[in-house]
Amino acid sequence: MSAVAPRSRPRRWWASPSFLVGLLLGGLVVAMALTSYVWTPYEPTQMAILKRLRPPSAEHWFGTDQFGRDVFSMIMVGARNSLAVGLGAVGIGLTIGSALGLIAAIRRDGWLDNLIMRMADFSHAFPAVLSAIMISAVWGPGMMNAVIAIAIFSLPYFARLARGAALQCWALDYVLAARAAGLTEMAITRQHVLPNIAGVLVVQATIQFALAILAEAGLSYLGLGTQPPAPSWGRMLNEAQTFMAAQPWLAIFPGAAIALSVLAFNLLGDGLRDAVDPRMRRSRD
Amino acid sequence: MMGYLLRRLVAFALTLLGAAIVIFLVLEILPGDPAAVTLGLNAAPEALAALRAEMGLDQPALLRFFSWIGGLVTGDLGLSYTYRVPVAQLIGERMVVTLPLASMAILLASAIGIPLGALAAANHNRAGDAAVMVFAQAGLAIPNFWFGLLLVLVFAVGAGWLPAGGFPGWQAGFWPALRSLLLPAVALALPQAAILARVTRSAMLETMQEDYVRTARAKGVSRRRTMLRHVLRNALIPVVTVLGLQFSVLLAGAIIIENVFALPGLGRLVFQSIAQHDLIVVKDLVMLFSALVVFINFAIELLYGLIDPRLRQAS
Repeated sequence: MSAVAPRSRPRRWWASPSFLVGLLLGGLVVAMALTSYVWTPYEPTQMAILKRLRPPSAEHWFGTDQFGRDVFSMIMVGARNSLAVGLGAVGIGLTIGSALGLIAAIRRDGWLDNLIMRMADFSHAFPAVLSAIMISAVWGPGMMNAVIAIAIFSLPYFARLARGAALQCWALDYVLAARAAGLTEMAITRQHVLPNIAGVLVVQATIQFALAILAEAGLSYLGLGTQPPAPSWGRMLNEAQTFMAAQPWLAIFPGAAIALSVLAFNLLGDGLRDAVDPRMRRSRD
Repeated sequence: MMGYLLRRLVAFALTLLGAAIVIFLVLEILPGDPAAVTLGLNAAPEALAALRAEMGLDQPALLRFFSWIGGLVTGDLGLSYTYRVPVAQLIGERMVVTLPLASMAILLASAIGIPLGALAAANHNRAGDAAVMVFAQAGLAIPNFWFGLLLVLVFAVGAGWLPAGGFPGWQAGFWPALRSLLLPAVALALPQAAILARVTRSAMLETMQEDYVRTARAKGVSRRRTMLRHVLRNALIPVVTVLGLQFSVLLAGAIIIENVFALPGLGRLVFQSIAQHDLIVVKDLVMLFSALVVFINFAIELLYGLIDPRLRQAS
């Protein structure tokens, strides 16, 4: 490092090692999911009883499961599933949660603000697994229900974050000027508040995305997520449990896929947060 | 202080009531006919009618809600449809597994996470710090049920030191029962320890900037003593809060971990109840879980008010 480096130049987000590692791993997962639409080494749901429980080899990189299905192909297609649930859940949580947070900020300290924030507080009493359990008890398990359960879990985080960040914006001089110029609250929110808070929302979305992948894996493991025959990493782990004493690869590869994906989006979120909120850097570096 | 306590108590009661309303709406009103959900599509009409009467479905919803709340208060949680025993008894039997498991996990997480976080803060920007941060990232990314499976592979299947699953019951003796809870508790503790290490580290780094820390050092207090007496002690306030907030994550984790290790606890019970469509048990258990989460948060807020008088006045 040069001794005459500028004093307080903000670190570029793309130069942070955690962001780069996250980008690399995340890119790998996304590439794997996209590739699986056009190519997988084997048909992921195709059973081949004669080839069951084969260890990893040149023919089957990650071995085969108890039905002779190719584990690597299943992991590729499972990536699709994890990303889809993550996108769906975070998309819903981000959209509805941020909208509620922005409304609460406009109506600050009014009854609507109070109501929205109390609801956000209250939804903490229901971790994603509990929501999923209730939803599954009534409508049965499934991928869509997992998405809803995880979205309910992430919603209050976005609502609280959007409200807090929006309130700071509302106190800025140019927002006050816009008000004085006669712009409506909705217009100010759209033109000034939302672009300003988008950064922190994206950071939170990345971190929630990692949590969503983890939650989906947990729900699928319990049988409350994606249903067979669609491959999912969580269920692969569940099915592996019976065989893992003699065939440990069945438990190792899907778990590693989950851990690497979660790690990727956590690192991405951390890198982005450092860029968006440099104050965090002091205590995190 | 009384005013603060009263306000928190009202908020606590209202949150509990809100949770009860949501649970009741989702599990009793939304399905249309909970008896049909319990018995399935091919149920005989007589069986359906009998179960409807047993569940009190012939009564108005509002009355059912209040009689459920009354039951929750008095401990009469109704009869499990599958097990044909009072739900309160089922919960009592399962609690002796889940409660020690959760307590062990919290203890382990604190015993690992807080010292690691302190170590990282004391070695800020050095190798020790980096190692702890790598551990924390890994702990957050590794799903606890996968970690549980790996622990089974190494310590049960490989080394044969600990049981791979199941629970002999406390009547089998303290040590055998504790042994069967050890691996699940470690699996449950890993993500918590990672979070605690991160929070402790950043809280301590934050506290190290305070004037009183500089004053202590200027007065000649040793670095080690300053870190322990002034920095760590003050940094523990946010750590305790996070510990409380993470309780809901811990409970959710317990539901999965109990299934990994086939432990007959509350988590496994709720999961089995879904499989058996035993809505009565599901309703009571979900209420119990969310009441526990709300209560822990309430207790933490009270504790916070006790530690920091400014908070009492602010609210």
